[in-house]
Amino acid sequence: MATEAHGEETGGLVFHPLDQFIVKPLFGEIGDPVSWYTITNVTLWMALAVLAIIALFVFGTRGRGIVPSRTQSIGEILYGFTYKMVEDVAGKDAIKFFPYIMTLFMFILFANYLGLLPMSFATTSHIAVTAVLALAVFLTVTIVGFVKNGTKFLGLFWVSSAPLALRPILAIIELISYFVRPVSHSIRLGGNIMAGHAVMKVFAGFAAVAAISPFAVVSITAIYGLEMLVAGVQAYVFTILTCVYLKDALHPSH
Amino acid sequence: MATETEHAAGEAAAAAEVALGTPPEAAGPGMPQLAFETFSNQIFWLVVALVIIYFVMSRIALPRIAGVLAERQGTITNDLAAAEELKQKAVDAEEAYKKALADARTEAQKIAAETKAEIQADLDAAKAKADAEISAKTAESEKAISEIRAGAVDSASAVAKDTVEAILAAMGFSADKAAVDAAVADRMKG
Amino acid sequence: MEGDIAQLGQFIGAGLAGIGSGAAAIGVGHVAGNFLAGALRNPSAAGGQTATLFIGIAFAEALGIFSFLIALLLMFAV
Repeated sequence: MATEAHGEETGGLVFHPLDQFIVKPLFGEIGDPVSWYTITNVTLWMALAVLAIIALFVFGTRGRGIVPSRTQSIGEILYGFTYKMVEDVAGKDAIKFFPYIMTLFMFILFANYLGLLPMSFATTSHIAVTAVLALAVFLTVTIVGFVKNGTKFLGLFWVSSAPLALRPILAIIELISYFVRPVSHSIRLGGNIMAGHAVMKVFAGFAAVAAISPFAVVSITAIYGLEMLVAGVQAYVFTILTCVYLKDALHPSH
Repeated sequence: MATETEHAAGEAAAAAEVALGTPPEAAGPGMPQLAFETFSNQIFWLVVALVIIYFVMSRIALPRIAGVLAERQGTITNDLAAAEELKQKAVDAEEAYKKALADARTEAQKIAAETKAEIQADLDAAKAKADAEISAKTAESEKAISEIRAGAVDSASAVAKDTVEAILAAMGFSADKAAVDAAVADRMKG
Repeated sequence: MEGDIAQLGQFIGAGLAGIGSGAAAIGVGHVAGNFLAGALRNPSAAGGQTATLFIGIAFAEALGIFSFLIALLLMFAV
């Protein structure tokens, strides 16, 4: 099916909306095998995200001005925003996880926005990347929950406010929803980014037909604007859900 | 076909390197997200990136920003305290000014009252003196008038006696001096 | 012939899965609309609930994304 599809499309409209997500080695032949240490486009765009974060948070704040410079005030706004979010949602005692949450938020935010550059590679559109992020959150939350509360953490699944007969059923539901968290957490982020980029590529394919190309170009512009919003909102949602899960781990009582 | 490739990749990514051989493009439009042979690469570089960001954040960036924010908070607090102090000073100065003004006003009132009392005293003394003089003059004048009146009565009785004696002599009567005096005095009383 | 029928099934399934995206759009609209209705009734309480709004939108949208993923899987991966 696959090769046939490629063969058919060469004549008219060319849709390869998922080709932009292919992981390929940065140096050497396209067909080279990708082993774990190969420098790929993933490496490039993650490195760019890291460099952008360092540029903003290390070189931007180098002045340590009482009256901040522009880049310093951007860094301060992001710091204050995340700090307030952790404090409000997860509670005062979650502040010691603030660097961890800040790391996740900044990486996702910068990877999302760098992925929106034309010809770039969206690292957060890959389920492997988002799954690692979500699993890291899941494991942290679970370990913190058991270390902080011991077996009382299991009270999260035993809804003591419900009637006794309902509690086992609710416990099963709560258990399932707990283990579905990393799945939905990762697929939400990866799927959103992938969907936006794929839709843009589909409309870019329409732009090849003269009759509808103005419509296609306007649509790409509109969807690009939407994706700018989605990139920020998804990073925010990932972070705030991390805070919510962390609150569950620190204060498991319902 | 794509399905077979994916499955092979999923089951034994490393062992099936030969079977995979072809890159994802050549293998057809499978989902690159499900190309399991690239997972180890992505995960490795993701972990590297996250660790770098974490250390940059926790060692350099976040303490620095927290320090800057705390310093700014301190500066603002100090400035506010200084402003409060200056405001207090201004309030004190205003109080002092008001107090001085009130003192001056009472002083002025006191002086005015004293002056007024002095003038009143002088005035009273002068008035009393003038009254005394006037009453002395009045008494003197009354005395003079009474003297003049007494003089006038004496003269009138003398004239009347003389006139009576002359009339009586002209009429041929010898005048009894004592009777004439009595009659004149009797008349003069009326 | 057999492959054609399978391919037909894939495309039909992908199209049906696409309906899920529209359903998610309805869900997101419900969340945002009800938030706006509540916010206009009590504007002072609205500011503190924007985080809840985004979480609600994210949950509603995630299910639409799942259906989109299923469509993509049917089209490209199966």
